[in-house]
Amino acid sequence: MKLLTHNLLSSHVRGVGPRGFPLRLEATEVRINPVEFNPQFVARMIPKVEWAALLEAADTLHLIEVPKEPIQGYEHDEDFLRKMHHILLEVDVLEGTLQCPESGRLFPISRGIPNMLLSDEETES
Amino acid sequence: MDSNHQPNYKLNKTEKKFLRKQIKAKHTLLRHEGIETVSYATQNLVVANGGLGNGVSRKQLLPVLEKFGPVDALLMPPNKPYSFARYKTTEESKKAYVTLNGKEIVDDLGQKIILYLNFVEKAQWKELEPQALPPGLMVIEEIISSEDEKMLLESVDWTEGTDNQNCNFCKMSCYCYIKHKPDQLTINQYEPGHGIPAHIDTHSAFEDEIVSLSLGSEIVMDFKHPDGVTVPVLLPRRSLLVMTGESRYLWTHGFCQPLFYETTVGIITSDVGDLTLSKRGIRTSFTFRKVRQTPCNCSYPLVCDSQRKESPPSFPENNKEASQLEQEHVHQVYEEIARHFSSTRHSPWPCIVEFLKALPSGSIVADIGCGNGKYLGINKELYMIGCDRSQNLVHICREKQFQAFVCDALAVPVCSGSCDACISIAVIHHFATAERRVAALQELVRLLRPGGKALIYVWAMEQEYNKQKSKYLRRNRISQEKKEEVNSDASVQGLLVEQMPDMDNQDSASSVSSINDFQEGGCDSRKVMNSKLPIHTNRTAFHSQDVLVPWHLRGNPDKDKLVEPFGLAGSHDPSPVFHRYYHVFREGELEAACQTLSNVSILQSYYDQGNWCVILQKI
Repeated sequence: MKLLTHNLLSSHVRGVGPRGFPLRLEATEVRINPVEFNPQFVARMIPKVEWAALLEAADTLHLIEVPKEPIQGYEHDEDFLRKMHHILLEVDVLEGTLQCPESGRLFPISRGIPNMLLSDEETES
Repeated sequence: MDSNHQPNYKLNKTEKKFLRKQIKAKHTLLRHEGIETVSYATQNLVVANGGLGNGVSRKQLLPVLEKFGPVDALLMPPNKPYSFARYKTTEESKKAYVTLNGKEIVDDLGQKIILYLNFVEKAQWKELEPQALPPGLMVIEEIISSEDEKMLLESVDWTEGTDNQNCNFCKMSCYCYIKHKPDQLTINQYEPGHGIPAHIDTHSAFEDEIVSLSLGSEIVMDFKHPDGVTVPVLLPRRSLLVMTGESRYLWTHGFCQPLFYETTVGIITSDVGDLTLSKRGIRTSFTFRKVRQTPCNCSYPLVCDSQRKESPPSFPENNKEASQLEQEHVHQVYEEIARHFSSTRHSPWPCIVEFLKALPSGSIVADIGCGNGKYLGINKELYMIGCDRSQNLVHICREKQFQAFVCDALAVPVCSGSCDACISIAVIHHFATAERRVAALQELVRLLRPGGKALIYVWAMEQEYNKQKSKYLRRNRISQEKKEEVNSDASVQGLLVEQMPDMDNQDSASSVSSINDFQEGGCDSRKVMNSKLPIHTNRTAFHSQDVLVPWHLRGNPDKDKLVEPFGLAGSHDPSPVFHRYYHVFREGELEAACQTLSNVSILQSYYDQGNWCVILQKI
């Protein structure tokens, strides 16, 4: 699971709503997967990122040098875009858990796949 | 002892002592445990002193008992100083009775224990519930060594298929316990937190004996009798589960492997002792089955798909029944057929490719119900995430380096308004009520940002439109032609005209016409309640909107995890049939469903190769 995917995920446990974001990440195995650098693509992703959630996730993975916020004129700042490319697209969480911040429900990540399946009781309204 | 050679020998002193002890054991069992022994020979023996309660383990007892023939079931109630053994024949149990009575074995602590055996009637098994194992069930512990376990786990290659050598090795270990030679192997991996819902392996698809090797991590499998009795059975690592007879045909089995065990799991079937576990590991199972060539003739007609006059599932009356129907006839089926299904789903449909290619560069796109991920890599300028209900299909996506996760389309764990576009290809038709189909569409719209677009494809009732037959129908003719030429051509996989071997043609035709008549009047499916779902004949026109569509599973060792390691290729055609539930849409029905959604405008509505399609936009 890439950190950009994590940035889109939210807990769907019944009744949790927007308070289910972001999912608390804990990783026991992380791999760096080289991905071809496409500066325009990364630049288009930046405004879509929920920055606080990204910082929190990057922090649990002890990633250093994560910019505190998008810098002015980042579209043309290759250094910044490369850094973000690495954080968003190359860091791959293989094993670990995602936890709903509201209900505490744990979801496993195994071989890179989050299992977000809920039981019928957890979804019924 | 030379007395053994005399036909009417006199008992010596030791033998008399054993006999007395044996009779004493018999009385103790009756008085304290209510176990009635019988004086005539049966297949069942109660082994006094051979129990977990006095330190005898399954590992020790089973080899001793097996010297006289295969043991059908060995039941070791927790904390009891006795156990039950069932042989296949009375001859074998008699031999064990004669030879083992008074025999000494050494327990775990090195203490000598003398066994006393008596015959019992079968009835005793039931009285012991819930502790008793389901009849016909056996768990053989430590069937392979840790080294062999490691070797087997390493031999599983999730991308290439598994080494036949190792399958043969597995076969050797499992053979001792079953009559039939299995011809099908399914390898599954269960991560912590994953499981398999309660089910009975389809009667008509497989023979009586089903054996499953557990590797990597132990689990507790729940066996449920239709009366409501549940028996949790611990399957330790390196153990072999053997399901025969009643346990295979009548009891359901399933498990949910918790992420963590919070409490100590007590002794369940045997002598595994105290299992205080922290984090659970991955369990890999090797399940061996023999494909059935004839309809099932078991003694459990109520749960037997071969013997039921009508097709098993009914039209769902409420949300709960709909969810159960989807569970059994959508989710479980895809899980079983995932590899084969994926091998037949390689060419993306042109109109869907066109939709994805037309999206602005840098769009975030979710594919809800992504299957094997064939659309996830179409446009490299998009950030695509996929999800599916089937873990096995999501594994295939991951093997292709795509971003995918497991979830249900009714509860997608993605932030509202985070997607620039969504696609839902061949998904909504698997939901069993109109309400659930609308809920799935609404969930799709929830993910879209205002202005975002969704593309939806569902299977059409009308397989012939504007006087043109869909590819689905056209391939019927092609496949029949091919069938005459090359009987087992791989390209015809799954395209052959299929008929349930046990379905009476007349029956299915009549149930079809009654539903069809009604549906001329409208699409209100509630009125067809209680009617059984008809089974569709592949590659023909639909006669009903709610149908079961057969899938003939083929094991292809090249592409598939279902390997046929036993040199059966060419002998006959082992092809278990699974039935997937579909609600095929009539013209205008998808559009009408979309119109009930809030904040949506329909941009386009069209027919494409036997599918109804809508592109909608969130306002």
